[in-house]
Amino acid sequence: MTKFSDLTLHDVLAGLEAKDFSAVELAEATVSAAEAAQGDLNCFTVIDGERAKAMAESSDARRARGEAKLLDGVPIAMKDLFAVQGVETTASSNILKGFKPEYESTVSGNLWNEGAVFFGKTSMDEFAMGSSNETAATGPVINPWRAQGSTEKLVPGGSSGGSAAALAAGISYGATGTDTGGSIRQPAAFTGLVGAKPTYGRCSRWGVVAFASSLDHPGPFGKTVKDTALLTQVMSGHDPKDSTSYPGEVPNWVKAVGKSVKGMKIGVPKEYRMDGMPGEIDKLWTKGVEWLREAGAEIVDISLPMTKYALPAYYIIAPAEASSNLARYDGMRYGVRVEGDDLTDTYEKTRSAGFGNEVQRRILMGTYVLSAGYYDAYYVKALKVRRKIFEDFNLAFEKVDAILTPTTPSAAFGIGSKADADPIEMYLNDIFTVTANIAGVPAISVPAGLDASGLPLGLQVIAPALDEAAMFTVAGAIEEAAGFTAKPEKWWG
Amino acid sequence: MPLDTTDHSYVIPGATGDWEIVVGLEVHAQVKSNAKLFSGAATEFGAEPNTQVSLVDAGMPGMLPVINQRCVEQAVRTGLGLNAQINNFSRFDRKNYFYPDLPQGYQISQFAHPIVGEGEIECERDDGSTFVVGIERLHLEQDAGKSIHDLDPNATYVDLNRSGVALMEIVSRPHVRTPADAAAYVRTLRTIVRYLDTCGGDMEKGQMRADVNVSVCRPGQYEKFQETGSFEHLGTRCEIKNVNSLRFIMQAIEYEAKRQIDIIEDGGEIVQETRLFDANTGVTRSMRSKEEAHDYRYFPDPDLLPLELDQAWVDEIRVNLPELPAQKRKRFVEELGLSEYDASVLAADKDRADYFEAVLAGRDAKLAANWVNNELFGRLNKESLSITESPVSAEQLGGLVELIKDSTISGKIGKDVFEILWEEGGDPAEIVESRGLKQVTDTGAIERVIDDLIAANPEQAAQVKDKPKTMGWFVGQVMKAMQGKANPQAVNEILRKKLLD
Repeated sequence: MTKFSDLTLHDVLAGLEAKDFSAVELAEATVSAAEAAQGDLNCFTVIDGERAKAMAESSDARRARGEAKLLDGVPIAMKDLFAVQGVETTASSNILKGFKPEYESTVSGNLWNEGAVFFGKTSMDEFAMGSSNETAATGPVINPWRAQGSTEKLVPGGSSGGSAAALAAGISYGATGTDTGGSIRQPAAFTGLVGAKPTYGRCSRWGVVAFASSLDHPGPFGKTVKDTALLTQVMSGHDPKDSTSYPGEVPNWVKAVGKSVKGMKIGVPKEYRMDGMPGEIDKLWTKGVEWLREAGAEIVDISLPMTKYALPAYYIIAPAEASSNLARYDGMRYGVRVEGDDLTDTYEKTRSAGFGNEVQRRILMGTYVLSAGYYDAYYVKALKVRRKIFEDFNLAFEKVDAILTPTTPSAAFGIGSKADADPIEMYLNDIFTVTANIAGVPAISVPAGLDASGLPLGLQVIAPALDEAAMFTVAGAIEEAAGFTAKPEKWWG
Repeated sequence: MPLDTTDHSYVIPGATGDWEIVVGLEVHAQVKSNAKLFSGAATEFGAEPNTQVSLVDAGMPGMLPVINQRCVEQAVRTGLGLNAQINNFSRFDRKNYFYPDLPQGYQISQFAHPIVGEGEIECERDDGSTFVVGIERLHLEQDAGKSIHDLDPNATYVDLNRSGVALMEIVSRPHVRTPADAAAYVRTLRTIVRYLDTCGGDMEKGQMRADVNVSVCRPGQYEKFQETGSFEHLGTRCEIKNVNSLRFIMQAIEYEAKRQIDIIEDGGEIVQETRLFDANTGVTRSMRSKEEAHDYRYFPDPDLLPLELDQAWVDEIRVNLPELPAQKRKRFVEELGLSEYDASVLAADKDRADYFEAVLAGRDAKLAANWVNNELFGRLNKESLSITESPVSAEQLGGLVELIKDSTISGKIGKDVFEILWEEGGDPAEIVESRGLKQVTDTGAIERVIDDLIAANPEQAAQVKDKPKTMGWFVGQVMKAMQGKANPQAVNEILRKKLLD
């Protein structure tokens, strides 16, 4: 029998249906693998064997009654940003230590409604602020991948690094993430996974701890494009509790995977070819273009002239919203409180103790750009840039059906390797991914090859708003052409 | 140029000359709705602390606001009632500040794009005269919770029942020039929102409260401001927060104006600041200066879409607006022929107006107004009852008015019947019938009584020709003899015939 760890989500569904194994067996194996790996990978904040078993038992019962649903019996790792009822939800921050919500996020609820099994919550950059998962209160998450012949510990990317590591290590069969500037796609690229961010409004934000409301996109990680399409489909749907939720129907995106790209127009934006970009990234991109051309797509050179302003605009809008969103963590009603001499002192002590450096840095930036006298120069200007980027994409999508770019400017880097660097260097990780958040359009990262040291690299497909079908079709074509089968060699427990 | 109805007569004599005041008000009116502005939690007054709090109101992680359409409708209705521009595009902003009774760390309000723009209302003074105050805007916002400092010497408690309750902030132009007019303006607003049923208007329950902006200037400066629209002609203003009664509004303005004048006349300068009115001592004291003022870091709330109204929907609300107090007052005068005074008193309160119109129901307007305004209101006042607590219903009083109008009983007997209705209840016609209170209009019966009286008092009867006023004695005697039931007109007529002709 194949090892559980090698199975895709669709393999698991087939195995459950064929009674090769039960959901309870699978859940137990998953929990054991999670517990065994935790010491080395540190990718979980909570492992809940009890709830996993209970949910798996109900799943087996449903399947026995012939009432199995879309994801019945499949263990899914939940990013710690999603409220799971009765389970500690901290956004990997000390300030929410011990907080157990009495409510279930809409997206996690959608997964459980289709029979998915909860077994644990995954670590992340604190409040989803970071690109390396090094800012988690519970310490860095370690990438299962290592460079050839090296034992250096690498980052899994971030902010959804725990989810990526858990899935890449074969512990889980799907995982959730949130993507505010690239927080699903960048770790997916760093760990050889597929990571998708559907159109803004497809996945409800209700019950997801907010980072930057207008940029936060929940989405999934999968081992394959098809797995990812199914997960996206289940997680999406109109939610009246989220005013920005898209009210339309969710199409069958699994069906879009495997469709031919013949006749599709694929845009290649010249602005994504940046100075100092590693040759390997450029080469992979060219390869991707060739794969699609060979598969019958028409390649179109396009221009997205506002691209260079995307990152600066992002680092104004996101911190601005975050500074306000994180104001509720004041030690008054839940989470950590450090008593001070008076109210102001209590606020300062609580928030100084509760928030890590990166979170404090972004709150300060956000507070600054919204302050009287700076608002117009920063925030208002950033919104104008946002509008322009949106128009860039609109114009581009008049000519093309999807856009192909690299996902990241590099492969996974070493833990601590950017510790002394300017924070901007870390922010540059998001340079290719952030535009899709600013415009709210769907985007996906697909593993497409290995760099010279044997680390995975990803290609990104960006599609027009609400046309996830095109995104999954193109992603499927790349997956097929790339034939990416590499897996990290197991070194962890 | 419209007629200037503003009262400019309020002048405070200072040591260095006369001073005038300029007042603008921001009234916070709680929207009448079952649920809060962005959550489904209840809004009822007086519930146990923290029993009407949703996850959204408590600022739990990951919670999102969803607009309550009913509150939007109420704001539009109010805007229409204020004769104001309805903005079909408006937007919610976050007003950021830290306080324990503000769970989200920001208040959702409308800063840059309010739902209602410019308007104006005609306000009524106690003497029935009216004046116009411009409305700058009305916007929707969330209320905060309540901090309770006096339950424990060392701790503050927070009640979040009010957290998230919808408020309409109604901002006036600085068109008010006397303390009494400030109160009249707020009273008029209250009447309007109660007519519209968009706010309870009960200041004691915190359903309405005012932030009062006061400045002082020399005579003539205000007129320059009016001409140019430039605030440089006016003094520096201070804002007195959260004043919660009409009396306190007047007291606060009077005190604040004198305080400012004293400072200026002592060579000082007014510092723009926020002040609090202490109702116990009648003084205002500084809360925070402009330098300490919060930087609220307003920005559009990314959790909410802009509020876009359908013109047809707005029009439908407009068409279904109830008659407003000013219109009603006018109709009472023009169509019912009531005096300005009676019309004002009746229209000033929706419950009173509704009661009066039920009494009226096609009956004689002046008589009905007279009975409602004098007999009923007099009695209610005496017993400290509101119109809704009246033991005499509008139907009963209407029946009584009808009996008087068709001369079944006299006005005098009417008062007795009213007394019976008040104390015992019952149907007025039945009371009159069963207690034999019907007016005697049978002239034969009256004549017989008069003849007997003249026969018994020949000297007095003879006197009447020289001193016609003495006829009143005979009227009284006839009434007495007939237990007040004689038709006074008939009595007078017959007496005149017999004694004067």
